Amino acid sequence: MIELSDVHKAFGANRVLRGVNLTIDTGTSMVIIGGSGSGKSVLLKCILGLVRPDSGTITLDGQDVTQGDRDAFLARFGMLFQGGALFDSLPVWQNVAFRLLRGSLKRPASEAREIALEKLRRVGLTPDVADKFPAELSGGMQKRVGLARAIAAEPEIIFFDEPTTGLDPIMSGVINELIREIVVEMGATAMTITHDMTSVRAIADNVAMLHDGVIQWTGPVGKMDDSGDPYLDQFIHGRAEGPIAAVR
Amino acid sequence: MNMIAAFLAALGRSVLAGLAGMGRFALFASETVSHLARPPFYWREFGHALMQIGWLSLPVVGMTALFTGGALALQIYAGGARFNAETVVPSIVAIGLTRELGPVLGGLMVAARVASSIAAEIGTMKVTEQIDALTTLSTNPMKYLTLPRVLAATLAVPLLVGVGDVIGIMGGFMVGVGRLDFGAGTYLKTTIDFLETWDVVSGLIKGAVFGCIVALMGCYHGMNSGRGAQGVGGATKTAVVAASVLILAANYVLTEVFFST
Repeated sequence: MIELSDVHKAFGANRVLRGVNLTIDTGTSMVIIGGSGSGKSVLLKCILGLVRPDSGTITLDGQDVTQGDRDAFLARFGMLFQGGALFDSLPVWQNVAFRLLRGSLKRPASEAREIALEKLRRVGLTPDVADKFPAELSGGMQKRVGLARAIAAEPEIIFFDEPTTGLDPIMSGVINELIREIVVEMGATAMTITHDMTSVRAIADNVAMLHDGVIQWTGPVGKMDDSGDPYLDQFIHGRAEGPIAAVR
Repeated sequence: MNMIAAFLAALGRSVLAGLAGMGRFALFASETVSHLARPPFYWREFGHALMQIGWLSLPVVGMTALFTGGALALQIYAGGARFNAETVVPSIVAIGLTRELGPVLGGLMVAARVASSIAAEIGTMKVTEQIDALTTLSTNPMKYLTLPRVLAATLAVPLLVGVGDVIGIMGGFMVGVGRLDFGAGTYLKTTIDFLETWDVVSGLIKGAVFGCIVALMGCYHGMNSGRGAQGVGGATKTAVVAASVLILAANYVLTEVFFST
């Protein structure tokens, strides 16, 4: 279980997180929604330790994430980055098997390649892409490779940062379906940040809306449409009028 | 009065920002060095960096040394003729190249070629979240990106300087024999007789320091690159300028240390 308690983070005068409280239960899929620049990515990076919160606590299974063995902590996570964040200098299979080729999870190259090919197959890519470089792939294929890399070491917790941004509706649907299948199949805890409402409905068990640096609303995805919260209503229906200013 | 206060405040802010920058760089450099003692060491990245920084810089360093050696021979001959001292050409070419021009020009050429490419590569990795991705994949970016490059440059640049010294002396030899009527045997004998081991070794030590400066500057500015294409472009430019200026400053300091009497 991941628990965030009164998490604050500011960049200069810009107070991005102003006391975030959130709980993500083990084995569930939580989707964080919110406008552009609302701090969703910062929140996710705070959990991973890529950004240090100014105050507040973040725990994973009761253990403060800033304490203890960092490698062991990170080994429990997989992450799909918004732009894929694939390493340009490495072929696709080495990107997918990155964790399996070095560090504590290191194994022979042939075995790592086999696992990479299997994960590529799992995300619908054929073995012939394995030896290509990321720049030779389309945006959708890069996203799938990123997804294969996120699940390669079979992590307990997977983060998805804007998984469908920049993809056409069909490819978005494919990625959403893959994420849902993989999370269910692996029994992983998932945390996704997005403002694509189709993704939210396809991926989420629970939804949390981040607005003005705090969690404005949180609950099961089924209750999202009749929450009665004017902020959430405006966001999910994409209305220009409402409590959230259109010009931010 | 207010204008003076504003000027002093602006000056203070600049000085503080400069000191903070130096502090950040010192921490960056010491963290890089500290990773030497902590496994794992990424041999593959080190080999790749050695190839990129050393082997692929050889043509540009070699050409620079060749033409510099030739031009130096012509200049020393013309200058020496004023004192009827034309015979000093081989020895001054050799000493000038091994002590000063070889390491400094080699270092500057490597700064132009390598500091820019390291800063652009790491800067692009930063803005496309590849550095964050490394961290989430349990790989320390300093250990994976910075240490192999700094170590490779520190080892490769002295080798480049050594090869450049030989090529530069050959450039002087070709001009001396071909244009200035020196005998081939006399030119080489004079070069060898006057050149001391310390002339060469001091240049190689300078090369190691310059290599370290080049890679550290490339990595530091790449890791601290701003957002977008403009940020990466700015980091690349700053890395090359800072590396070049630091090479010239370090050259003066090292020359003082090695040769002041």
